Amino acid sequence: MQKPDLSVEIAGITLRNPVMTASGTFGYGEEFSEYVNLEAIGAIITKGLSLKPKAGNPTPRIVETTGGMLNAIGLQNVGIDAFVEKKVPFLRTVATPVIVNFFGNTLEEYAELAERLDLIPEVAAVEINISCPNVKHGGIVFGTDPKAAYSVVKAVREATIKPVIVKLSPNVTDIVEMAWACADAEADALSLINTLTGMAIDLDKRRPILANVTGGLSGPAVKPIALRMVWQVARAVKIPVIGIGGIMTGIDALEFMLAGATAVQVGTANFLDPGAAGRIAAEMERYLADNGIADVKEMIGALEV
Amino acid sequence: MQFKAMIISNHEVSPGYFRMRMSAPPELADARPGQFIMVRVRDAIDPLLRRPFGIFDVGTVASEFSGCGPQTYVEMLYKVVGKGTETLSTYHHGDHVDLLAPLGTGFDLGDPDEEKILVGGGIGIAPLYYLAKKLVERSRVRFFLGGRTRDDILCVTEFERLGVETYVATDDGTLGDRGFVTDVMERHIRGAAGKRTIYACGPMPMLQAVAGIAERTGVPCQVSLEAYMACGMGACLGCVVKGKEHSDESPDYRCVCKDGPVFAFDQLKWV
Repeated sequence: MQKPDLSVEIAGITLRNPVMTASGTFGYGEEFSEYVNLEAIGAIITKGLSLKPKAGNPTPRIVETTGGMLNAIGLQNVGIDAFVEKKVPFLRTVATPVIVNFFGNTLEEYAELAERLDLIPEVAAVEINISCPNVKHGGIVFGTDPKAAYSVVKAVREATIKPVIVKLSPNVTDIVEMAWACADAEADALSLINTLTGMAIDLDKRRPILANVTGGLSGPAVKPIALRMVWQVARAVKIPVIGIGGIMTGIDALEFMLAGATAVQVGTANFLDPGAAGRIAAEMERYLADNGIADVKEMIGALEV
Repeated sequence: MQFKAMIISNHEVSPGYFRMRMSAPPELADARPGQFIMVRVRDAIDPLLRRPFGIFDVGTVASEFSGCGPQTYVEMLYKVVGKGTETLSTYHHGDHVDLLAPLGTGFDLGDPDEEKILVGGGIGIAPLYYLAKKLVERSRVRFFLGGRTRDDILCVTEFERLGVETYVATDDGTLGDRGFVTDVMERHIRGAAGKRTIYACGPMPMLQAVAGIAERTGVPCQVSLEAYMACGMGACLGCVVKGKEHSDESPDYRCVCKDGPVFAFDQLKWV
């Protein structure tokens, strides 16, 4: 049998395989280049970017929990100027699509950043972050109200001709309603889920472990919730859905595709296994070959309920 | 580098403290003192993240009996504090772990003509042994070692075997002087002339005291920090500390994993 076809298409971008690296877990790509063949990854999504550099939260910022981790980094990033000057030259050398995740404090900032990113040829698509749970401004305000989400996606849509992906928060009552709002505003794709707001406590000190008190939960512990949300959203919208949440293996990734995802993002797994994304793609290929499936696209939404 | 390491030995050197020797690729023999390793304790989701450990020692041994070529090894000294180190403490010869190494910057070995002052608190001596090994090749080395009680004073003999002059202090006086090792160290610095550099690793209050002494006496000082980490390579930004220019208005955060774990004391904000 021939090698299975792993390629998928998201909003006009062809990916050699469906596995991308989730924003905030892979730096700007260069950090991992010593350990990973970046050209074995479907797409690289860079750390959430803002107009001005952002400092992030006080420490401790991360803590491990059972089957997962909490982070409260607070969107620390270098800002668009340093990104263009210091990070883009490296990304130019990698033959893998680069998607830039970004956020603003106001509608105008989202639009301005989208305009700036529109001018960078190395950027294949943008991912709007309206879902970081760790900052008061810069996302979550827009990510929990469908009307606000509609207006921010609309503003970005008008500011760029690049494909627009919207990353959704699970910290809402009805994620389908949020997905509809983004699709109505002409988003090209949706990615979900971002982290779930959580907490860890030090019993002896009787204090929260994170300086920010709460943080975003990621890792295998969130996978069942993510699968459920991807399944709900993929049935409800016509645009492609990118599944995220505790993916550690090729089997995990294929489960997300059955639930309706066209592609997936790998996050926490990059921390414990720098080569996770490439390995997961290889594991998907092996599963397909072993089961006589010629094309990974046959898996998308093939869940029998 | 990422590699599977076989555990060669793992034994308790003092109650709750273990020294583990693992096989390593030959390139690791070039690791710099002060660099660290990230250990994936199990190929499972609990514990999930890798654990960072300072490199206690690296070297190469030729086996007389096996007929194999020379084998490079890496050692770490660790304290059992949680699920990860608890699991590690149960491992035996022949078990395997996955390592990323060597990570981070290392110590600057400085001028051979000056005296080197090493200060370690408890498990903070972990990166200082390999440092001492390199330093004694070219400089005079004194080692000031502190702990809460005698059980926290580790590997004194190993340091002495290198030809390092060691001074011990414990909080409860069960070994060496009673009191803080930093006081003993400050008395030595004030009582002697000549150029010197301080190298320190240990709990934050001890490092703050050392930084204070360096400031007051004008002796250059490098500190090795410990932090919660997820990736170890500068991507997650979980392990940052405040740099000297840090203020709320103009933040200056440095990654312990990538910019450190070794910093010149005057590059950091201590209060």
